[in-house]
Amino acid sequence: MDISIILEHLYIVFMSVLFSLVVGLPLGILAYLNKPMRKIVLWVVEILQTIPALALLGLIMVVFGAGKVTVITGLVLYSLLPIVHNTFIGLENVDNGIKEAGKGMGLTKYDRLISVEIPLAFPMIFTGVRIATVTTIGVAVFATSVGGGGLGSVIYQGIRTQNMKLILFGTLALMVMAIFFDVLMIWINSRLVKRSSN
Amino acid sequence: MSFFDTYGERLIDAIQIHLFYVLSSVFIGFFIALILGILLSRIPQYAKIIMPLLSIFQTIPGIVFIGVLFLYLGMIPATVIIALAIYAIFPVLKNTYTGLLDVKPEYIEAAKGCGMSPIQTLLEVELPLATPSIITGLRMSTIYTVSWSVLAAMIGLGGLGEFIYIGIASNNNFLILLGAIPSAIMAIILSLLIDVLRRFAVPKGLRSLK
Repeated sequence: MDISIILEHLYIVFMSVLFSLVVGLPLGILAYLNKPMRKIVLWVVEILQTIPALALLGLIMVVFGAGKVTVITGLVLYSLLPIVHNTFIGLENVDNGIKEAGKGMGLTKYDRLISVEIPLAFPMIFTGVRIATVTTIGVAVFATSVGGGGLGSVIYQGIRTQNMKLILFGTLALMVMAIFFDVLMIWINSRLVKRSSN
Repeated sequence: MSFFDTYGERLIDAIQIHLFYVLSSVFIGFFIALILGILLSRIPQYAKIIMPLLSIFQTIPGIVFIGVLFLYLGMIPATVIIALAIYAIFPVLKNTYTGLLDVKPEYIEAAKGCGMSPIQTLLEVELPLATPSIITGLRMSTIYTVSWSVLAAMIGLGGLGEFIYIGIASNNNFLILLGAIPSAIMAIILSLLIDVLRRFAVPKGLRSLK
């Protein structure tokens, strides 16, 4: 038992959240800007969430083979929902008066999006990233079934060998990780909100 | 089609077992959560401490519950149902609690003014107003539980996870799909049913507001 497994788990989580932000943010913006696409985008990310994690990883393994790529792709698809959803809701909830003011100042649609709407929606988007991070820490346990390693391998090994100590170690490490990131990101978010309201 | 000859019966069996795990654990979890949520909403000063503690438990992956219970109870369906029920409790509990606390104080005052006892206020005013929130929690619990029931196969208890596990182990896409598609469809159908339920459960006076 050593620290490298925890780092491996963190690496998987970090890469997954990063990529799902790269994919999810544009999708959320697309849903906000384009009404016909909105339903499709929000529906697809919700359907993705209903597929059992293990099944999703299994299906992706068919394409990419066992390994980290499979795990990260699966986790990206899985954490799209909170990010896309919160980006969309955040942009939608920006005060209409402010949007109008932007228009009145002669900003184009894209100027407004980048310099007015996204900054104001940021706390909401960040909350989506936080939810995605905490969920991914838990779901990443399945990585081990498709050859991705991480803390799941410790828990599986514990269950197979009926070793309570291993199970507890794996679980505690996961819990500490999830709580740590949750608290950290809540704190960062509250700082961001404070700064932007000054 | 040869596929139905080979897998048809097993698939129907697996769907039934899967559905049984989901329905029984969500049912048990829902009632425990409802009662706990109501009790916690009566003592908000303690609930402020208890709720974050419970949300810490929520970070334990379902697989650990199943694994640990498996070591103590062995390979029986109760292992899966208890583990999934524990997992199903939290979303309902949280939504019951916040739903009840979000009821506007003036409604509760009005109920008091009408001479309602605390129990009457709870049953006739607070719970109906919290129903939409409670049902949203039920929907989340159900979707999670369909997903986590796949793990029953990990300890050899069948369900749709069996196809997925065998498929992953033998690199057989077809078997993975055979487990994944029905379970996704099950989650979607159950959540649609709950949406319908929600429409009926919302008090008449509130429906026009939505």
